Amino acid sequence: MSALPIYATTGQKIWHYTFRVIVGLILFFLVAPILIIIPLSFNAQSFFTFTPEMLALDPDGYSLRHYRDFFTNPDWIRPLQNSLIIAPFATIISVSLGTLAAIGLSQSHVPYRRTIMAIMISPMIVPLIISATGMFFFYSQLGLWMESALGFSRSFTGYVKVILAHAALGIPFVIITVTATLVGFDHSLTRAAANMGATPTQTFFKVQMPLILPGVVSGGLFAFITSFDEVVVVLFVGAAAQKTLPWQMFTGLREQISPTILAAATVLVAVSIVLLTTVELLRRRSERLRGLSPS
Amino acid sequence: MQQVKNDDAFVAFERVQKSYDGESLVVKDLNLTVPKGEFLTLLGPSGSGKTTCLMMLAGFETATHGDIRLDGKSVNNIPPHKRGIGMVFQNYALFPHMTVAENLSFPLEVRKIGKSDREAKVKRALDMVQMGDFGARRPAQMSGGQQQRVALARALVFEPELVLMDEPLGALDKQLRETLQFEITNLAHELGITVVYVTHDQTEALTMSDRVAVFQDGRIQQLATPDDLYERPQNSFVAQFIGENNTLTGVVQDISNDRCTVRLDSGDVIEAMPANVKAVGDRTKVSIRPERVEIDKTRLQPGALTLKAEVLEFIYMGDIFRTRLRVAGTDEFVIKTRNAPDQVRLTPGTQIDIGWLPQDCRALDA
Repeated sequence: MSALPIYATTGQKIWHYTFRVIVGLILFFLVAPILIIIPLSFNAQSFFTFTPEMLALDPDGYSLRHYRDFFTNPDWIRPLQNSLIIAPFATIISVSLGTLAAIGLSQSHVPYRRTIMAIMISPMIVPLIISATGMFFFYSQLGLWMESALGFSRSFTGYVKVILAHAALGIPFVIITVTATLVGFDHSLTRAAANMGATPTQTFFKVQMPLILPGVVSGGLFAFITSFDEVVVVLFVGAAAQKTLPWQMFTGLREQISPTILAAATVLVAVSIVLLTTVELLRRRSERLRGLSPS
Repeated sequence: MQQVKNDDAFVAFERVQKSYDGESLVVKDLNLTVPKGEFLTLLGPSGSGKTTCLMMLAGFETATHGDIRLDGKSVNNIPPHKRGIGMVFQNYALFPHMTVAENLSFPLEVRKIGKSDREAKVKRALDMVQMGDFGARRPAQMSGGQQQRVALARALVFEPELVLMDEPLGALDKQLRETLQFEITNLAHELGITVVYVTHDQTEALTMSDRVAVFQDGRIQQLATPDDLYERPQNSFVAQFIGENNTLTGVVQDISNDRCTVRLDSGDVIEAMPANVKAVGDRTKVSIRPERVEIDKTRLQPGALTLKAEVLEFIYMGDIFRTRLRVAGTDEFVIKTRNAPDQVRLTPGTQIDIGWLPQDCRALDA
């Protein structure tokens, strides 16, 4: 922020500091609820409150027991595994379909582009509970059909249903981020590639894809987080065998209020921060390599 | 400028039409043949259909009607990546995520050429455009001129027989443009490739080409060698578009075989070469180049005709003087004289006599 100029009036000086206070408050309200769970998750007691020992900064008031519980208790390991199965597959589907949709919709000769785009984005806009209800009916029929007609096991069918439902939720994010990168894409590059003898497939993977990769990756990241955080749709579509981490946290909150939830939440926050930082660093690196923006 | 005489057409457009909306034709009945090894320029104002023709040849646009042949074979149903045509784009179209060497390597890779062969070809192509030391650079680290040299090398590296260039020098400054004009023509003749070059810059067209096709309104107005185009324009559009030109309007009074007499609107009667006037009584625009007008009576050759003129404006341009005159009722008559030690500098307001040879003066359609 720029320093206060010498000629600033009293009013300007007051506003200058008020503004900083307001900004600080906004930041505080955004981050405080997330930050507060981190110290709480190291609670030595099985409570959701700060004990007097913790407030006195007594080392005995802190422990890793809830983390131990999180990583050893089957009640938590199973949902963690489920989340780690469902989210990557949902992300792969979202990224593939979303990228293709974005490329298709960026071609000027496609009729009704705006309408199609609006329909594809709708899962993001429609209230989640409504999507979830619709998906419940749709995927229960699909599941029954897969079990009876294709002979898949109930557990496998359950995963397929949740993965597909989560993929549908993730696609809009991929479409939006990839469309944004395609706006700056120079179509004479694909012409040049074709001219030099590259087939459309070669052109896509060697020319277009590397250039829109930042958009694809951040779209994929959003899709991954969407699936990893999602609790409503999985409650409607999934069975107990597909219980994911957010689901377990949700039921845990209702039924036992164990600080292990806080440990799980802290782990999730840490993973999110690491993922976002990695992707941002990779994106900057690729942009610097291409000389698109100064480092 | 060498005149290419070769009957077997390497590139041929036969009755080609193109319409984007199904109603108006952007290209109207185009017939054009390009012999092997020729440097042909499509010249015209924007929207004249020249770029569309190039895009149809490259395969990025399909002809609405007619046939485009490459080396005797119709290419209408061949996709761009199977045509084997090199192309240089106005905005260079270098792949920003690849180094210069990788850019050049790309057309060789998709052709499945071995690594050592690839490296040799890339090096040779880069040396050809004096960019041998730039292989490891990325496009964003180079100037516009350097990028266009690389783009040129990339269009040549897979040894295509036909190279298309779409206003490749349009984004460069004047000096660089002149250097590259020279290099491109030399390279094209050295390698013996056929070039179809699109530009709206007439100087570029004249200095680089074996032949120039002047486009206007979807049609070729004239297809000729640069000197023919400049000295013997076939209609008033070509005369106006190529170089600077003075026009005097009048009516054809008499036509014999190779001469006609024109009564100008001012009443003066002059002799001219009939270019595309057909009958006595036709309106005509008489065209005369500024540098063919003589102001020094003693240097007028026998047979020259003379008119009275009033000096309106004198502009010093360095190598030449550009003087605007009032002649036969028009205020826009321009003459150019060389900045020689004995050259007179005309002062506005003086009355002078000017003259030119009838053969330098062409009667065109009005």
